[in-house]
Amino acid sequence: MWAFGRVSGFMSLGLFTLSVLLGVLTRSGRPLLVLPRFSVSILHRNIALLAAVFLGLHVGSLLLDSFAKLRPVDVVVPFLGSYRPFWQGLGTVALDLVAAVILTALLRQRIGHRMFKAVHWLTYAAWPVAMAHAIGNGTDTAGKWFLLFAAASGVAVAGALLWRLSSTFLETAKARGGNLR
Amino acid sequence: MTATLHIDWTRCDGRGLCAELLSGVLVRDDWGYPVARGRQGPERTDVPVRPDDLEAAREAVSLCPRLALSLRDAASGDSQRRR
Repeated sequence: MWAFGRVSGFMSLGLFTLSVLLGVLTRSGRPLLVLPRFSVSILHRNIALLAAVFLGLHVGSLLLDSFAKLRPVDVVVPFLGSYRPFWQGLGTVALDLVAAVILTALLRQRIGHRMFKAVHWLTYAAWPVAMAHAIGNGTDTAGKWFLLFAAASGVAVAGALLWRLSSTFLETAKARGGNLR
Repeated sequence: MTATLHIDWTRCDGRGLCAELLSGVLVRDDWGYPVARGRQGPERTDVPVRPDDLEAAREAVSLCPRLALSLRDAASGDSQRRR
């Protein structure tokens, strides 16, 4: 259970990173190489859902593990854990945020665009919190491959964020800026 | 009667997903917004959809990133945006 809990945590974080990158790309309105826009959008959704499945396995397996000493309340309420409560609590915070983001995304047609969007912004908070949880709470953080994974993810997400904030981010930015040809 | 695809221009941001899914019905203008092929006036806002394109139109309604599309059954005047 312990090993499984660790691996599923990494899988979940890796998939969430991918989903964040695809989400930023979706927002830009651009296709990805041969993938049309709607495929990028569907891929973004499906990878996020897959990440959530691994997140469920990560928490579920550690809940059953005797070493992690996780209680059911630790799944929902942060900072009450027995092992490094602060870093474990960050994981709980990330879980709560992700649950809100996914629930509102699935109910997008019912709750409307404004509410969906407001909650979806929480992703930008959830990702660094999840990464901090992995670094501070993980027991594999000394390994070279983990550092490589964390650094690559960090660079990719930071790059996506900078791109998101740049003035040429939107596919239509040039045309709408009044520069048709 | 045929169904119509209603485009809510107050929501549309011209992201282009609908024009990909309904490439026979919609094209994009220079700014990215959808324009109904060969249609004029109000039919550019309430675009008639042939039965063959209905499935793609439903996909477009559910995937529109701005929730700007709704399918209307012309016979009943029913809005199906909420699926």
